[in-house]
Amino acid sequence: MSTETDDTLFTDVDLVWEHRKNRIFLAIIFAASLFGVVALALLLLDVASDFYVGLTEYNISLVDFFTRDGSRREELSGFRGAIVASIMLMIVTAILSFFVGVGSAIYLEEYAPDNHITRLIEANLANLAGVPSIVYGLLALAAFVNGIGMGPILLAGAIALGLLVMPIIIVSSQEALRAVPDGVRNGSYATGATEWQTIRRVVLPAAMPGIMTGTILGLARAIGETAPLIMVGALFVNRMPYGPLDRFSAMPTQIYNWAAEPSQHFIHLAAVGIVVLLAFVFAMNAAAIYVRNKYETEV
Amino acid sequence: MATDHESEPTTNDAQLITTDVQATGTGRNGEPTEPVVTARDLDVHYGAEQALNDVDIDIPEHRVTAIIGPSGCGKSTFLRCVNRMNDQIDSCRIDGELSFHGKNVYDEDVDPVALRRKIGMVFQKPNPFPKSIYDNVAYGLRVQGMAGDVDLDAAVERALRGAALWDEVNDQLDSSGLDLSGGQQQRLCIARAIAPDPEVILMDEPTSALDPVAASKIEDLIDDLADEYTVIIVTHNMQQAARISDKTAVFLTGGNLVEFDETPTIFENPADDRVEDYITGKFG
Ligand SMILES: Nc1ncnc2c1ncn2[C@@H]1O[C@H](COP(=O)(O)OP(=O)(O)O)[C@@H](O)[C@H]1O
Ligand SMILES: [Mg+2]
Repeated sequence: MSTETDDTLFTDVDLVWEHRKNRIFLAIIFAASLFGVVALALLLLDVASDFYVGLTEYNISLVDFFTRDGSRREELSGFRGAIVASIMLMIVTAILSFFVGVGSAIYLEEYAPDNHITRLIEANLANLAGVPSIVYGLLALAAFVNGIGMGPILLAGAIALGLLVMPIIIVSSQEALRAVPDGVRNGSYATGATEWQTIRRVVLPAAMPGIMTGTILGLARAIGETAPLIMVGALFVNRMPYGPLDRFSAMPTQIYNWAAEPSQHFIHLAAVGIVVLLAFVFAMNAAAIYVRNKYETEV
Repeated sequence: MATDHESEPTTNDAQLITTDVQATGTGRNGEPTEPVVTARDLDVHYGAEQALNDVDIDIPEHRVTAIIGPSGCGKSTFLRCVNRMNDQIDSCRIDGELSFHGKNVYDEDVDPVALRRKIGMVFQKPNPFPKSIYDNVAYGLRVQGMAGDVDLDAAVERALRGAALWDEVNDQLDSSGLDLSGGQQQRLCIARAIAPDPEVILMDEPTSALDPVAASKIEDLIDDLADEYTVIIVTHNMQQAARISDKTAVFLTGGNLVEFDETPTIFENPADDRVEDYITGKFG
């Protein structure tokens, strides 16, 4: 009697096809999520094989690669000048964008009244973050390289990259500041601190890991940017820069330059350069993740 | 020197002291005391909503004054009027008078930062800074520019002892204040509030987020604090008010201060029927 009712209770509900759809959909979205991993793996494989061929068949010596500057003669060409230029570029970019970026974020989060002007600024920041990087290069070319006659120097490139990373720094700093609990701010005010003391001694230290993470990620994006540097005129320079006022070619522009050469030797020099550039990018991303994990339990 | 600059909003002591304060209470040992905090016709609105309605009160020195009442009756609002923490809330509008030693703290020449250096505050949810225990306690002394004038180590120890926390943390002053338990964090916040030696300490339901053992430690502490400070404590726990306070103010819905008297009188023989109903649990 009871088995009979159990048999008939759910038999009118046919879910076989629904469950199958469920599984199919799951398979599709899983494949989609693998797409990024596979693409990255293929990319790395391609780079690695070119790198290997460069080292073996073209006898590119890593020692020479890191100790020589670029040259029009392929067998004398190295990456040192470009590496030094990129590091210098990152330092100047960081100096230019960090203080302005964090300052803007502090103003917007801690001081700005909630009015039209503030909302206008925030909307424009979102727009700025979406501007194609070549436009920053054009701006730097028009305003600094030609406008005030700076010439195609490293500082001009740093200005273009600084403008590029500024929205990233501002937005991530705003998020970090917003994540600081209001209870902590109130605790500071109630202890007789001024606004600035509260920001400098409590809010900023608490937000600093988030700000640093955003800044490093922004710089990791800037170090691979090619278009703005080409606009600024950082091409066909082989000499190592000795200061921000020297002409320069950074890692991505040197790679771009080599890859456009007809000679296979130059093309494999570019492959080795790409490995070095990627190593920089991965190291910076790892540093960002490290900073985030190390401090995320705080607050 | 940077620290000198930071201590800039110095309190003008003279402007906070007035001459014509009448004695309105008796201290713990019987001698009359003058009110430290007084409110006259105090109205507070958040936008269109009224949170305090015509509050008049004289809070005596060196005693524990409890503020009780149902949730939403304006207890926290009143407390935030005293140290002008309401300034942080854009929609908040204050009319009437709230005086500290007879000086209306909402007068234009009063700097709220200077006011808060005389009036410490402890919040409902413990809110230590993400800094070491030592830096938490030293914070007030540092921002108030006193770090160079006093022996900081001694001041930190004194404040931690005053907050009954020294014995538990003296070997870990460099570890983060966030690593402490909830009850310890709240005592750390009390230490932070008393370290710069304010005159008044405001406490907004300081034990409501804590377990009973931690809460009773803080209750014991409050009793000691009244020897040196004027304590104003908001609580919605009537037993707590009865246990720890000398005077009790009862706020009821609409932001009205219905009755303010000696604590035993409020709990045993209240004048107002609504207070009696509230105390005996008939509403609220
Ligand atoms: N920041 C605020 N903005 C708007 N309204 C508020 C704010 N804080 C409190 N109120 C309102 O004011 C009234 C009193 O609140 P509060 O002082 O927090 O009461 P209590 O502490 O007695 O529970 C409540 O009706 C509350 O909704
Ligand atoms: Mg409250």
